[in-house]
Amino acid sequence: MELRKTETYSVQQMILEKKSKKKINMEKVIPKLLFITAAISVFTTIGIILTLIFETFIFFDRVSIVEFFTEAKWLPFASAPSYGIMPLIVGTLKITVIAAVVAVPIGLATAIFLSEYASEKTRRIIKPILEVLAGIPTIVYGFFALTFVTPVLRDLFPSLDMFNALSPGIVVGIMIMPMIASLSEDALVSVPKSIREGAYALGATKLETTIKVVLPAAISGIVASIVLALSRAIGETMIVSVAGGSTPNMSMDVTSSIQTMTAYIVQVSSGDAGYGTTIYYSIYAVGMTLFVFTLVMNLLAQFISRKFREEY
Amino acid sequence: MNMTLTREKESPAIEIDNVGSAALTEKVYETSNLNLWYGENHALKNINLDMHQNEVTAIIGPSGCGKSTYIKTLNRMIELVPDVKTTGQIKYRNRNILDQSYKVEDLRTQVGMVFQKPNPFPKSIYENVVYGPKIHGIKNKKILDEIVEKSLKGAAIWDEVKDRLHENAYGLSGGQQQRLCIARCLAIEPDVILMDEPTSALDPISTLKIEELVQELKKDFSIIIVTHNMQQAARISDRTAFFLNGEVIEYSDTNTIFSNPNDKRTEDYITGRFG
Repeated sequence: MELRKTETYSVQQMILEKKSKKKINMEKVIPKLLFITAAISVFTTIGIILTLIFETFIFFDRVSIVEFFTEAKWLPFASAPSYGIMPLIVGTLKITVIAAVVAVPIGLATAIFLSEYASEKTRRIIKPILEVLAGIPTIVYGFFALTFVTPVLRDLFPSLDMFNALSPGIVVGIMIMPMIASLSEDALVSVPKSIREGAYALGATKLETTIKVVLPAAISGIVASIVLALSRAIGETMIVSVAGGSTPNMSMDVTSSIQTMTAYIVQVSSGDAGYGTTIYYSIYAVGMTLFVFTLVMNLLAQFISRKFREEY
Repeated sequence: MNMTLTREKESPAIEIDNVGSAALTEKVYETSNLNLWYGENHALKNINLDMHQNEVTAIIGPSGCGKSTYIKTLNRMIELVPDVKTTGQIKYRNRNILDQSYKVEDLRTQVGMVFQKPNPFPKSIYENVVYGPKIHGIKNKKILDEIVEKSLKGAAIWDEVKDRLHENAYGLSGGQQQRLCIARCLAIEPDVILMDEPTSALDPISTLKIEELVQELKKDFSIIIVTHNMQQAARISDRTAFFLNGEVIEYSDTNTIFSNPNDKRTEDYITGRFG
């Protein structure tokens, strides 16, 4: 071998030397470090849940759990307080349903347009706008609801209260719409081109291909995006605090003032309910309920997406 | 309801016996002076080819010779590629399909296609087969059931899947998926079946099954097959066209092409000197 004769060093030798010099075995240390960072989020979650559970138990020592779920009045500040969470749940659901009615059709239509119909140029304009929409602080949305959407709606429906469910519901819908659009678009785009070609080759039109092949193929991603967006709507706080009012009630009327679970927590946290009072502990019980709601939503999303999964 | 499930084809005036008298059969496709550009790239140059009913026409040639491009113009799938320009004529049953007044969906209902990689829909086997009939308005459950059985039998896959029609098509092997795609194509009873290297992603046994199937199918359909594999073309086709650099170098009976080619380049290619 020509090479060995002329060179004065051996590559193998150098590799061996380098190996022997290494003091810390990175291959073993790094995975442990990574595990610790991953564990931080797990411990934080467990900590939050434990706090919630602990404080919630204190609350249920003072107020019976049956009353909490069956009483139809939420009047913690009354001289004869009543702790029935139903009005807060109804308020939250009103917001969520209105938001869904706004966000699901618009978001899905946007996703279909972007992935199937828009030209590259159009997509390049619309996607950043969606991202900007998703990045607006929710307090800004809140004031948008209160100072713009509500007055416009009151021009249309003069009977609308200044604080109501409709306006923040619509604005929460606008807020979560980009999330549905963007995640659903990802799901649609990831449907392989070959599957679309298969449909075209059978004489399917673009619309038939989109609705009967591409949408079903992406359904798990779409459902996941909707559920994720709705759990954000359930947990949304600022918009409903600013524009929704603070009147918990059970009515299905969307034109009058409401209160959601989140808005109640804000009201108490920013007010002067002293530490240790029943009102203070009530925010943990409400928080716990909220947590269970979103947890159930996420489990539901997983179940649905597994059931409808179409792999490719 | 006046729907017959058995295929009725206008039979040509003259009886067909396989290769020799093939020239007498009716023409399905007549391509004249076809040119195609991808942007500036002149991909097909002055193509003139006729394809005949109830025959297997093979298109062979090295990579990048335009054979896939050509077969995709036959059902206008090529239009999915941006910035494609064509001139010339392709007549399918005496009508120019490159004329934009020819509805592409109508064309593709008549001309089915099987792709290089099996591309079943992410649905059940049953749903894959009935997709075509369903979008064309056939909703009767009993008829759809019959179409499924008939198409799967036609694609020689019925026995393997009859007990699991409602399972996802992605549970099938590659070769089975490809035969399912053929069944999906048969379900709308096309006139012509285009196959774009249908066995290139399959193992030898699956390939053999597809080749046997093609022989069976040509009794009822006209088949145009692009293949990378010269032996395959020799085994299954009646006529062969040799493409090189976007041109048709030679087109004649498969026997002639493989035993006595006219052009030096054809001979070089089929004897494995390049490509």
